[in-house]
Amino acid sequence: MATYLEFIQQNEERDGVRFSWNVWPSSRLEATRMVVPLACLLTPLKERPDLPPVQYEPVLCSRPTCKAILNPLCQVDYRAKLWACNFCFQRNQFPPAYTGISEVNQPAELMPQFSTIEYMIQRGARSPLIFLYVVDTCLEEDDLQALKESLQMSLSLLPPDALVGLITFGRMVQVHELSCEGISKSYVFRGTKDLTAKQIQDMLGLTKSAMPMQQARPAQPQEQPFVSSRFLQPVHKIDMNLTDLLGELQRDPWPVTQGKRPLRSTGVALSIAVGLLEGTFPNTGARIMLFTGGPPTQGPGMVVGDELKTPIRSWHDIEKDNARFMKKATKHYEMLANRTATNGHCIDIYACALDQTGLLEMKCCPNLTGGHMVMGDSFNTSLFKQTFQRIFSKDFNGDFRMAFGATLEVKTSRELKIAGAIGPCVSLNVKGPCVSENELGVGGTSQWKICGLDPTSTLGIYFEVVNQHNAPIPQGGRGAIQFVTQYQHSSTQKRIRVTTIARNWADAQSQLRHIEAAFDQEAAAVLMARLGVFRAESEEGPDVLRWLDRQLIRLCQKFGQYNKEDPTSFRLSDSFSLYPQFMFHLRRSPFLQVFNNSPDESSYYRHHFARQDLTQSLIMIQPILYSYSFHGPPEPVLLDSSSILADRILLMDTFFQIVIYLGETIAQWRKAGYQDMPEYENFKHLLQAPLDDAQEILQARFPMPRYINTEHGGSQARFLLSKVNPSQTHNNLYAWGQETGAPILTDDVSLQVFMDHLKKLAVSSAS
Amino acid sequence: MNVNQSAPPVPPFGQNQPIYPGYHQSSYGGQPGPAVAATPYGAYNGPVPGYQQIPPQGVPRAPPSSGVPPASTMQAPCGQTAYGQFGQGDIQNGPSSTAQMQRLQGSQQFGSPLAPVVSQPAVLQPYGPPPTSTQVTAQLAGMQISGAVSQAPPSSGLGYGPPTSLASASGSFPNSGPYGSYPQSQAPPLSQAQGHPGVQPPLRSAPPLASSFTSPASGGPRMPSMTGPLPPGQGFGSLPVSQPNHVSSTPAHALPPGTQMTGPPGPPPPMHSPQQPGYQLQQNGSFGPARGPQPNYESPYPGTPTFGSQPGPPQPLPPKRLDPDAIPSPIQVIEDDRNNRGSEPFVTGVRGQVPPLVTTNFLVKDQGNASPRYIRCTSYNIPCTADMAKQAQVPLAAVIKPLARLPPEEASPYVVDHGESGPLRCNRCKAYMCPLMTFIEGGRRFQCSFCSCINDVPPQYFQHLDHTGKRVDAYDRPELSLGSYEFLATVDYCKNNKFPSPPAFIFMIDVSYNAIRTGLVRLLCEELKSLLDYLPREGGAEESAIRVGFVTYNKVLHFYNVKSSLAQPQMMVVSDVADMFVPLLDGFLVNVKESRAVITSLLDKIPEMFADTRETETVFAPVIQAGMEALKAAECAGKLFLFHTSLPIAEAPGKLKNRDDRKLLNTDKEKTLFQPQTGAYQTLAKECVAQGCCVDLFLFPNQYVDVATLSVVPQLTGGSVYKYACFQVENDQERFLSDLRRDVQKVVGFDAVMRVRTSTGIRAVDFFGAFYMSNTTDVELAGLDEDKTVTVEFKHDDRLNEESGALLQCALLYTSCAGQRRLRIHNLALNCCTQLADLYRNCETDTLINYMAKFAYRGVVNSPVKTVRDTLITQCAQILACYRKNCASPSSAGQLILPECMKLLPVYLNCVLKSDVLQPGAEVTTDDRAYVRQLVSSMDVAETNVFFYPRLLPLTKSPIDSTSEPPAVRASEERLSSGDIYLLENGLNLFVWVGASVQQGVVQSLFNVSSFSQITSGLSVLPVLDNPLSKKVRGLIDSLRAQRMRYMKLIVVKQEDKLEMLFKHFLVEDKSLSGGASYVDFLCHMHKEIRQLLS
Repeated sequence: MATYLEFIQQNEERDGVRFSWNVWPSSRLEATRMVVPLACLLTPLKERPDLPPVQYEPVLCSRPTCKAILNPLCQVDYRAKLWACNFCFQRNQFPPAYTGISEVNQPAELMPQFSTIEYMIQRGARSPLIFLYVVDTCLEEDDLQALKESLQMSLSLLPPDALVGLITFGRMVQVHELSCEGISKSYVFRGTKDLTAKQIQDMLGLTKSAMPMQQARPAQPQEQPFVSSRFLQPVHKIDMNLTDLLGELQRDPWPVTQGKRPLRSTGVALSIAVGLLEGTFPNTGARIMLFTGGPPTQGPGMVVGDELKTPIRSWHDIEKDNARFMKKATKHYEMLANRTATNGHCIDIYACALDQTGLLEMKCCPNLTGGHMVMGDSFNTSLFKQTFQRIFSKDFNGDFRMAFGATLEVKTSRELKIAGAIGPCVSLNVKGPCVSENELGVGGTSQWKICGLDPTSTLGIYFEVVNQHNAPIPQGGRGAIQFVTQYQHSSTQKRIRVTTIARNWADAQSQLRHIEAAFDQEAAAVLMARLGVFRAESEEGPDVLRWLDRQLIRLCQKFGQYNKEDPTSFRLSDSFSLYPQFMFHLRRSPFLQVFNNSPDESSYYRHHFARQDLTQSLIMIQPILYSYSFHGPPEPVLLDSSSILADRILLMDTFFQIVIYLGETIAQWRKAGYQDMPEYENFKHLLQAPLDDAQEILQARFPMPRYINTEHGGSQARFLLSKVNPSQTHNNLYAWGQETGAPILTDDVSLQVFMDHLKKLAVSSAS
Repeated sequence: MNVNQSAPPVPPFGQNQPIYPGYHQSSYGGQPGPAVAATPYGAYNGPVPGYQQIPPQGVPRAPPSSGVPPASTMQAPCGQTAYGQFGQGDIQNGPSSTAQMQRLQGSQQFGSPLAPVVSQPAVLQPYGPPPTSTQVTAQLAGMQISGAVSQAPPSSGLGYGPPTSLASASGSFPNSGPYGSYPQSQAPPLSQAQGHPGVQPPLRSAPPLASSFTSPASGGPRMPSMTGPLPPGQGFGSLPVSQPNHVSSTPAHALPPGTQMTGPPGPPPPMHSPQQPGYQLQQNGSFGPARGPQPNYESPYPGTPTFGSQPGPPQPLPPKRLDPDAIPSPIQVIEDDRNNRGSEPFVTGVRGQVPPLVTTNFLVKDQGNASPRYIRCTSYNIPCTADMAKQAQVPLAAVIKPLARLPPEEASPYVVDHGESGPLRCNRCKAYMCPLMTFIEGGRRFQCSFCSCINDVPPQYFQHLDHTGKRVDAYDRPELSLGSYEFLATVDYCKNNKFPSPPAFIFMIDVSYNAIRTGLVRLLCEELKSLLDYLPREGGAEESAIRVGFVTYNKVLHFYNVKSSLAQPQMMVVSDVADMFVPLLDGFLVNVKESRAVITSLLDKIPEMFADTRETETVFAPVIQAGMEALKAAECAGKLFLFHTSLPIAEAPGKLKNRDDRKLLNTDKEKTLFQPQTGAYQTLAKECVAQGCCVDLFLFPNQYVDVATLSVVPQLTGGSVYKYACFQVENDQERFLSDLRRDVQKVVGFDAVMRVRTSTGIRAVDFFGAFYMSNTTDVELAGLDEDKTVTVEFKHDDRLNEESGALLQCALLYTSCAGQRRLRIHNLALNCCTQLADLYRNCETDTLINYMAKFAYRGVVNSPVKTVRDTLITQCAQILACYRKNCASPSSAGQLILPECMKLLPVYLNCVLKSDVLQPGAEVTTDDRAYVRQLVSSMDVAETNVFFYPRLLPLTKSPIDSTSEPPAVRASEERLSSGDIYLLENGLNLFVWVGASVQQGVVQSLFNVSSFSQITSGLSVLPVLDNPLSKKVRGLIDSLRAQRMRYMKLIVVKQEDKLEMLFKHFLVEDKSLSGGASYVDFLCHMHKEIRQLLS
């Protein structure tokens, strides 16, 4: 097993790929019986400091329907200067530049360690990155002030040649012209009227100047950057202007009467932002960054009316079909998201408010375009400030981590077909021979567009084994998959990253052991979770849970070792041992449970779940709990109520929250001030240790988690209590002995009960 | 004269001539055989004959004796001179004399010979004897006058004994007969008259003229003289002319009218032959230049065509011409009124008093009736019954100027605060407490004098009555003792039951290519910087409460945030013109003082920002919409100042197309040119009115902009339209800035509702002016400034009571410029009469013209222009015919007798008929017509008066050191002497006309060039020179401009220059190029109409 674990880890580090199965069942039938589909988590831009991009272009298979890229798995005839495509077996001539190759003089893409390689494309016009700020002005004064400062600060983080634009909105929407001297100028739009892209461009005067030019000189469509320059300007040119402009930004001046929400035209503002970029910079890397402090209250995309007495929709309302604006608003934002994706731009949403802001309706904007979604209580919190700052973080090369306008193309060898992808992407609707008819996630295509991505963006990609049972694959045959990601690097270069992987086929009948041993339960859990969350977006919650349960039971039936009808005999091998526990926590997670979460929160959690890499995803599913005590170094402990002890300090990381929890005794000691006494310096260190660790996590995490420092009996302890396995509750308090843990007041089932039940069902022949 | 002749487009002449062929020839030539000539022109026959007869005497004017010898002699004494000429047929009121007489007697009858002077020239030719004719006329005149005196002095109207007397002299004679008797009575005058002669001798001395005169005379064919200012013609014509002049110059005034008249003629018949020449000479001398009239002769004919309907005149009118001097002269009337009524304050205490003319300077003392500055009526004595009113056809109308500016000597209305209970009102008709209410039952109740309802006096308002039944505190309370006062309104009188916020001014500036290119934007922005310090403020307020906002626009709108906290202004572009909205609230409307720095910075930047604009298209309706929405958002009333250059052709609501089509002129479709292209503007205006958004429009068109449509909103919101065609900063800067300053600074009320209540029996039925009405009684004015006037027409709905009279109460509810809600009340009590004569005795022609012009101008939207003109003529004829029939003493049907108060009606009406709207010349554009049309709709009486009958002031006649304005002369070319310089103004235009033979010294001192030929024609500024003449003229121009609502642009016109055509357009007594009749012709025509009505 160790070997497999190493193999998996190595693969992940090199290729950014984790498969649910690392040995593939060789027939469709067997594959279906495996329950967990053959799938992988792909992190297309996984940071590879050791992988400098090569400065030439990839060599493609000459078969028009294939166009696979030359890779280490291809057979090469050095003498004839031919190579055989390992996907379609087409024999291809090397291009003239490769005349010098030989066994000892191989190009990088033929070396096995370059199963992942990045090409840098030199040709084609480079267009600068574009950042369009869309700022809500219906904020409280200090919130707005904080936001303004963040925005001003961000100017210094942008690449100097990047273009920036500013749209502000409240009751009206203002598109600010940045090029003017002396007087700040903006175009204003009514917040209640939806406009087509054409209208927007007309009204911004973008088409007018372009049209005559085209007529005059049809051959030179180069004017575009010039035309749009009024609204999008290079940072280095106008950062002073823009800083002033932001400084003078006023709160929305329209009076808000008692009992009303401010009128907020988020829908139109976004629509204008999209229209503006659509008309001026289609297919160029661009970020629309929406900062909003409340729900859209008017115009298309409105989520709630402006009467405060009508609260914003809750899950309850949605279930009762009582959310009157939801469908329409969702449709509006979906339309925008699709348009944006088509143009290769991405939309970020930074929503900071105590109440909901309509993320449920707007979620598709970041979800489909690869944008960020950040939710906070106020712009005046470090959560927002640091998260925002982190958007502009740089990698080891000093390049921005963000990348734009990526197209991910997947090619498979003929035994496999592509069922779909789940992640921050949209389908490009490219049908091909390797596209399956069964869809999992966004399917029906072999290419997806990921408008905005960073080194951690991860997609779940699902495959279907199509090899028929009666056409066995010859011994030693391997299945291959090639991921080709073309994207615009933050340095504005166009790059292509190619990852080619291969796995062995195994006959499930005879070699089930191999397959079983090659199961990656972590990847499988995340992939299944993604499927579940994907379904949850469109299906009723209970249905999804039932489906998950059924899958789990089937998996246990398939791979468990047991005697029929004897739950106690049930065993799972090591490679599956954690899987049920993941599923247990997944069922309780906010991704599938909406109880106690607002629709916005659910959307927020799901958004991040669908794009984080495996490690982070696992943390989301099953938070990590560390225990600090005088008894030894910090140690990870079970996410269980039994871990909550009086003389411990707990540090829980749920990805979205970092909770530090002081046990009862510790809390009392601290209250008594022992930490300030020189003789109890060790206590002071103990108190400090989790804080330091938490800081470490906070530094690395995006988005910045909510940082909670609480203690036994504190109100915020609920964050911890709601996550741990309720092994001790008011119901079984005495059954479990008294020496440890804290009882959780809940009726939820505990992991033990869940497992008991699972075993029972797994061994039952009835299911 | 020459000019005139030449000027008249050949065609018209030709035509005319055919029609009146008989005129010259027959009349003049025919004199001898008067009968012949006479016949053709029934109407004028009268005069003609007179002439003819007169001719014999030919010699001096007095001589007319020939035909009328006896009479003449008799009459001569009476103001022969004045009327002598008229003697012929029509009798006119001696211009000056008549006026005076009227004043004195109330009504006079002047036998005014119509054709007199004019005809004379013609006559001259035929007759060597023309002089005689004059005599005759004189005689006639004299007789009539005497008649007047003796007869029924009371007769209200002036009687013009139209010379019409049947064809021949004989006809006239009969007339004379009756007069004959009078003459005697007047005999005394003779002596006076003689005295005059004595005085005049010097005149006679003016030999040269005489000589010339003689020559013409000798040349029996005086025709030639006609053309030139020949003395001969003058001789004859001059007589009359001279008279008036004489009168004025001579102390005669004091003398009884008759005497005055006689004065000049003084030369009694006997003298005639010998003296006449001298006389004429003299007259010539004095009037020499004036002679111009002769040419008129011809012209008048051409003019005739104007009376479309009339063309009939085929009757070979006697060739006679009315002497222009013999027909009522506006100048004289104005002068007389000034002299008679200018000195004493007009006290309003007495019901039904006719106030002095608008042209007279007088003080008003409010003693219970509104000052005539606020309300003027067409008649101050209203017929008791609808039947009478219908018979008289005199429109009953009041011209109300609720916020009129008062001279500094008069106190503005007191503000009365009745506290929380608000103003006291009649429970039934809601009339406000006023001096007309009667307190009864010891003061516990009051009876409403409008509806007779008896109301309780609220306890806090109770006061005891004195022995006369007046409240003891009557003189402590403005509302009980004054005709005009204001109430503070309570919250009940406010929109939404909320006291209004201070109003706002929004400046909306066109920044399209045209506006930038002409330099308008730069100029305007520069001006606004200083102008903003002069926003209207209430009373003694330190600073204006008015907030300001700025918008620029071309195809899209740019709003500006000029909040004081900003370092620099912010511009907000709204390009969604189809669905206009206001992009900001806070920071758009600001206090000038607080945001001064930002505003200045903005005004500096606007011209720069758009300096390179290439946008030529503009929108219009969205601009107004935006302003209105801004006011709505700010919840205040206000005013938009729009500076616009071109036809709004950009794609937006209210988009217009060029529909100017001259081919439509004189067709049934002509009216469409006055109608708005689209209903969108009316709808918009309605919204504006609801918001209290008044729109002032400044237009700077280079071509057609469809004023008819663009002015809809200003018109309906109580705004003004200013138009500067082909604006050039160099030429028009002063005019525009001056207008702008005045427009911005003038006192204005917002969100106003005006209601006119009347006592039972009459009712306000029709309203004219710039406002909107959503029902039939409330005049809604988004804005109302001190210049805006509303004309209200009344109709009977019941019998009126002579005892109680007819009462008007005009209540105006408005928001002052400080945001205070107020009610301004004007009360006016009028008399009622059962005798038509009383009506005619208490009319005001100027007001009448104001009403008729507005009525006609409104009519052109719905009816063909010709119909409108005919209606006017008919109505006028009916009015005069009714008088003739019911009020005038019996006289020959051939006599034209005009009521004293209305003797100027024909001349003024003719001016209205000839105006650009009703009879446009070739150079008058559709826009001009629409512009004038809407302009007139809110003019007050003084404005219409001078607009229709321009003032013509000789600049070089009076001594340089005299400080008073020179006496005006009549607006006729024949009054111009080529040796003088004249100034003409009509409230919109200002001309300086320079005669061709003006002394070089004068030219030098005025224009700083050495000769006439070096004067730049079309000059718009007089050089600033340090000499008395230059100072005086410039001073005069300045003072004239100060009097008028709008800055009058100066144009210097040289005699015989191309530009002179433009100038001549304003010589309204002459035939106009566009076919308008001359005064004389029109009078004849009117006479004929009247006769037709009478027969």
